[in-house]
Amino acid sequence: MSKEIKKGWKEIPIGGLLLDAGNSREYETGTWRTFKPIHNAEKCINCYFCWEFCPDNSILIKDDKVVGMNYFQCKGCGVCAAVCPTKAIEMVKEEK
Amino acid sequence: MTTKYEALTGAEAAALAMKQINPDVVAVYPITPQTPIVMKFSEYVANGEVDTEMVRVESEHSAMSATVGAAGAGARAMTATAANGLALMWEIVYIAASTRLPIVMGLVNRALSGPINIHCDHSDSMGARDSGWIQIYSENAQEVYDNYFMALRIAEHKDVLLPVMVCQDGFITSHSVENVLPLEDAQVKKFIGKKNFKGLLTSEKPYTIGPLDLQDYYMEHKMQQHDAMKHVIPVIEKIQKEYAETFDRKYEIIEEYRTDDADMVIVGMSSVMGTVKDVIDMMREEGIKVGAVKPRLFRPFPAEKIKNVLSKFKAIIILDRSDSFGSFPPLYGEILASFFAAEKKPYIKSFIHGLGGRDTNVEMIKEVISELQKLRDTGESNFTIDYLGVR
Amino acid sequence: MAVILKNEINKQVPLNGGHRMCPGCPVPVIVKQVLMSTDHPKIVANATGCLEVATTIYPYTSWNVPWIHNAFENAGATISGVVAAYEAMKRSGELPEKNKDAKFIAFGGDGGTYDIGLQSLSGALERGHNFLYVCYDNEGYMNTGIQRSSATPIGANTTTTPVGKKSWGKTQPRKDLLSIVAAHHIPYAASVAPHDYNDSMAKSKKAIEVNGPSFLVYFSPCIPGWKIASDVSFELSKIAVQTCFWPLVEIENGEWSLTGDSKRIAEGKKEKLPIEDFLKTQGRFKHLFKPKLQEDVLKIIQNDIDKSWNFYKKMAGYTD
Ligand SMILES: Cc1ncc(C[n+]2csc(CCOP(=O)(O)OP(=O)(O)O)c2C)c(N)n1
Repeated sequence: MSKEIKKGWKEIPIGGLLLDAGNSREYETGTWRTFKPIHNAEKCINCYFCWEFCPDNSILIKDDKVVGMNYFQCKGCGVCAAVCPTKAIEMVKEEK
Repeated sequence: MTTKYEALTGAEAAALAMKQINPDVVAVYPITPQTPIVMKFSEYVANGEVDTEMVRVESEHSAMSATVGAAGAGARAMTATAANGLALMWEIVYIAASTRLPIVMGLVNRALSGPINIHCDHSDSMGARDSGWIQIYSENAQEVYDNYFMALRIAEHKDVLLPVMVCQDGFITSHSVENVLPLEDAQVKKFIGKKNFKGLLTSEKPYTIGPLDLQDYYMEHKMQQHDAMKHVIPVIEKIQKEYAETFDRKYEIIEEYRTDDADMVIVGMSSVMGTVKDVIDMMREEGIKVGAVKPRLFRPFPAEKIKNVLSKFKAIIILDRSDSFGSFPPLYGEILASFFAAEKKPYIKSFIHGLGGRDTNVEMIKEVISELQKLRDTGESNFTIDYLGVR
Repeated sequence: MAVILKNEINKQVPLNGGHRMCPGCPVPVIVKQVLMSTDHPKIVANATGCLEVATTIYPYTSWNVPWIHNAFENAGATISGVVAAYEAMKRSGELPEKNKDAKFIAFGGDGGTYDIGLQSLSGALERGHNFLYVCYDNEGYMNTGIQRSSATPIGANTTTTPVGKKSWGKTQPRKDLLSIVAAHHIPYAASVAPHDYNDSMAKSKKAIEVNGPSFLVYFSPCIPGWKIASDVSFELSKIAVQTCFWPLVEIENGEWSLTGDSKRIAEGKKEKLPIEDFLKTQGRFKHLFKPKLQEDVLKIIQNDIDKSWNFYKKMAGYTD
């Protein structure tokens, strides 16, 4: 988890305003996982269903190809594996 | 400068002030005795005399909610209500203050049920005294009118950024016709100036307004509100001074009336102080050295100032237009607290008066003054709380 | 018009990861489908509920679009104020160029929409503000611990309609919110199920771009609330449509129609599955099957489903 230095009242915007859009990208939810999706590029047909249905925005895509998962945030829900038409994603027990 | 008086009710004075402010958004819901503000303002909209986007919401809860949405998006947003309406918007009243939105709301003071009653007392706004709003109380239509412009400046001041309630007494002020000296539109425009606060939902950067704020930061945000309130009094003084210099209308946070040689005073807020001043004039004819002190500001409470003003006197009676059942009436309680650390304290007594629109008449104020004399001379009724004019 | 995902994958998503929605919760996907259905700049208001609390825990926000939360029951009124502010600032010329074309979307749960926020929604619809209201319907007050709402289906076990010796769960059928909304005669309203992203995004796009108020009610399984596994939401979404538990309806300028599998079922091109197929998948209905099959209750539920399905078919012109 990113170590967050808690600021004082003079250092934060008033009214609870958050100025840094989307900064939860820095917040780790990967520690929630008990199962871990493993992407198999050979079986993958790049239909992007996993990308469409991933609730945590954790499917990594490079040059229009699925290349894996963002394990910093993937909660291991298994939706990607469930929607994959070619079984290119396997859920394996997380080693802790 | 206009020198032409207009015959206006307090509600019309409020509507005229709103028209001259020409806010971006007004979201309102009708409730007696606030209705004449809404109706008059609707006419201004219908005749194209304002550029305002008026949202005729389906409840006061939505009135305050839409006002918060509009102010958050960067609009100058206003609303108005009374009593049960304020109670219904309660939750969002707090949210407006915590979100630091410079909203100006007209509050036409009315008894908060029950049994249901449409007439004046301060039980509505006093309930909201800890909501984080600035509260200004107006004695008459002229004060209502002038307070609106100052309220807007106070709310939008960069050191403040808090919402303001401009209170006037239901019916007594809102529906009585008085002579009001308006300003010209251009003067108002110049005085209020351009908005200096950011549109939070229109910025190039997507901000998040109103997050979930838990143990880690909530207290820091409350501290900011606490601190902002500390800036209010100096800001008001500056704005009142500018108003006086620009328009030759002098307002002070605490108004004193015939106190120079007085050894006892009546303290109260809003319309009753008109009657009090008249009765003081009568009693002065009889050689009784009584004066009056009228705080215009209840939140933040000008404790230091009130202490300094009131410590000159031997006896003071505080008129509260609402009760705090089981405790000290609001104004009385604040004044007691203000004096706790003082070395010299006057005798002090409380009267609760005028609930549900009960007329506080000349006879009653005379009675208060005779109580005041007794208090000064004997101190016997020190620290007592009584109802005035109850059977 | 089919959505080509390849065109979507490189766009910025409206909601980042790192939010604290439960694993497998479909609500972030719903947000994505709605907000990515058009390229207009968007301003979002959010009612109190899971989506709001879990995406904006200070000092973090998952939102990449301007976003406001005010309270639980007032997303309709809050967005009204935002729209009004925009209208006024457009006239006064102070709106940044980038925002002129902005669209306004409010999200609320079923509690914040069917129940406590119904008045605020109704007011906003009646006033005709140009905005879309999206209800993600997980059929209960989930954020506060799975209490029943008026969207909770008959027979469901919730923490305020718990199953007991004298209770088989909630005894009342759901409120028909879509019909209530339709009675405002707004230009566009639809029900949506997130597994069918083509249908969802097509409806979202229409809803956002239509002139005037619009409304979507989204089927939205809740992992802990419905007692389901974290990977089944979208499969359940499909079954909900196929059992006619969740008909896909579209109401455009007063014209009702069915879409997706609902259309196919109405036209006899697809089989309508029995409601058990839906109920069996979820722990909240477990008591209807074990320890003993509650046939009478299942019959009540099937009747209720058939009644509402027949109503929608009729409205869509399949029967008279
Ligand atoms: C006026 C008010 N009453 C009650 C609550 C408590 N509360 C917060 S969220 C919530 C449930 C929200 O349910 P729903 O709208 O269905 O959204 P979900 O939690 O399922 O996402 C409740 C009851 C509140 N915040 N405000």
